[in-house]
Amino acid sequence: MQPILSLRDISFSYHNLKGETPALSHIDLQISDGSFVAVVGPSGCGKSTLLSIIAGLLAPESGDILYRGLSAKDYCADSALKIGYMLQRDHLFEWRTVWQNVILGLELNHTLTKENTEYVEKLLKDYGLHSFKDKKPSELSGGMRQRAALIRTMAVRPDLLLLDEPFSALDFQTRLAVSADIASIIRKTEKTALLITHDLSEAVTLADRVVVLSGRPASVRCEMPIHYEITREDPLKIRSTSAYQDYFNELWEVLNDGKTTP
Amino acid sequence: MARQLHESAPPVSLQQEAYLRAHHKHHHKIAFGRAFLLLFFLGLWEAASRLTWIDSFFFSSPTGILRYLWQMLTDHSFFTHTGITLLETVASFLLVTALSLLTATLLWYRKSLSEILEPYLVVLNALPKSALAPLLIVWLGTGTNTIIVAGISVALFGSIISLYTGFCQVDPEMCKLIYTLGGSRFHALTKVILPSSVPLILSNMKVNIGLSLVGVIIGEFLAARRGLGYLIIYGSQVFQLSMVITSIMILCAIAMVFYRLIQGAEHFYKKKY
Repeated sequence: MQPILSLRDISFSYHNLKGETPALSHIDLQISDGSFVAVVGPSGCGKSTLLSIIAGLLAPESGDILYRGLSAKDYCADSALKIGYMLQRDHLFEWRTVWQNVILGLELNHTLTKENTEYVEKLLKDYGLHSFKDKKPSELSGGMRQRAALIRTMAVRPDLLLLDEPFSALDFQTRLAVSADIASIIRKTEKTALLITHDLSEAVTLADRVVVLSGRPASVRCEMPIHYEITREDPLKIRSTSAYQDYFNELWEVLNDGKTTP
Repeated sequence: MARQLHESAPPVSLQQEAYLRAHHKHHHKIAFGRAFLLLFFLGLWEAASRLTWIDSFFFSSPTGILRYLWQMLTDHSFFTHTGITLLETVASFLLVTALSLLTATLLWYRKSLSEILEPYLVVLNALPKSALAPLLIVWLGTGTNTIIVAGISVALFGSIISLYTGFCQVDPEMCKLIYTLGGSRFHALTKVILPSSVPLILSNMKVNIGLSLVGVIIGEFLAARRGLGYLIIYGSQVFQLSMVITSIMILCAIAMVFYRLIQGAEHFYKKKY
């Protein structure tokens, strides 16, 4: 399949007076339409930097990004090619109701049309948050907050979803449920998604393909396609298959391979 | 005996009732303690002046103050002096609040501007504002303008610094969220920085109203023919200590009312959000 997003030879460093810290080094990555890709790597290796570059918040120091054939500058200006970015924490604003939070993107883009608000209403209904519409975010549980954050991201109808460890703030049980929940929502809507996680089992359970980054400065160490015979609806069923075990072990070995300390 | 306020409300347990009773009792105790302290102080003062433990010419007495207050009310000087002080305080408070919000916003919006201005703000904030008063009198003359500017000068720089510091402490990830949704820096300001700083702005207003009052009284000491600050200075010069102390009491009352008003606004905000 034709890749909709391709990164070629992307490098990026952070600078301060004490010197420069290389974060990404010669990253090459292709993402095809409708795929769910997970990116794993040691913590602090520059995974979030990668997402910020794709989202156009940071400009790479070298290399090219092409998204549907457009460069970063062009696709950020193109209102039809929205990139949805879900941050680590939900950042629902306490001074707004759930509804006012989820329409934030529409408000910022001046696209609060009847059609769009109806779409958000539908999303709220689909994700079981409609009765909490007029509540404050503090009245929602951790999982509900994360779903509200997903609706806020989806409201602008993004073409590509970037997920930056969106489940890391949740407790283990909620995390299993919410991650499966959100992954199935994304699959159903046939969005292309790029998930960053430090949780190998999450990557192996949710993604079609896992990209392993090396330690800082990050470069792509290897890519691993993931395929299961059964549907992905039930994360526990996936986790009990032998294929899951094999994928997990393989990833584990790859990640521990290059380390100097055991 | 569980009382039910609503039919849907769950019955109150005995332990909860005991807790509520203890809570109310505690509150009554505090209120009683406060009232007692005030009455005891007033009683002691009155007794001391009547029994000539203190010279009521210098120390006045609660009844002396009441008498003077009554006189002020009947000849309407109460309204002139209190009114002008109130007006000046409110004007300088509103101007301080508006100016400091505007400046802090600008400083946040343009980081290099804040870097340029930082040492000046620190110096101006540390400068004793009463040192400026003679200059203000020469430049602006004596009167309401000078006094309002004096009130502003006392509160303004500290207010700018504390607002700007607060703005900078807002979680940068929240602004990043705005950028990820396609918003601009202006959106980050209006959708994140300002709304998340409302509690800070309100507590800043509490400080400002007090400082504005301080500045206005300093101004009135030096450059007024009307107002409570003028009464205090004038009274002390003609040994009318009842006038001085009554004015101070009125100032206490004004400070209290302002404080309560802003506290009311804070409560309103907390209830709403």
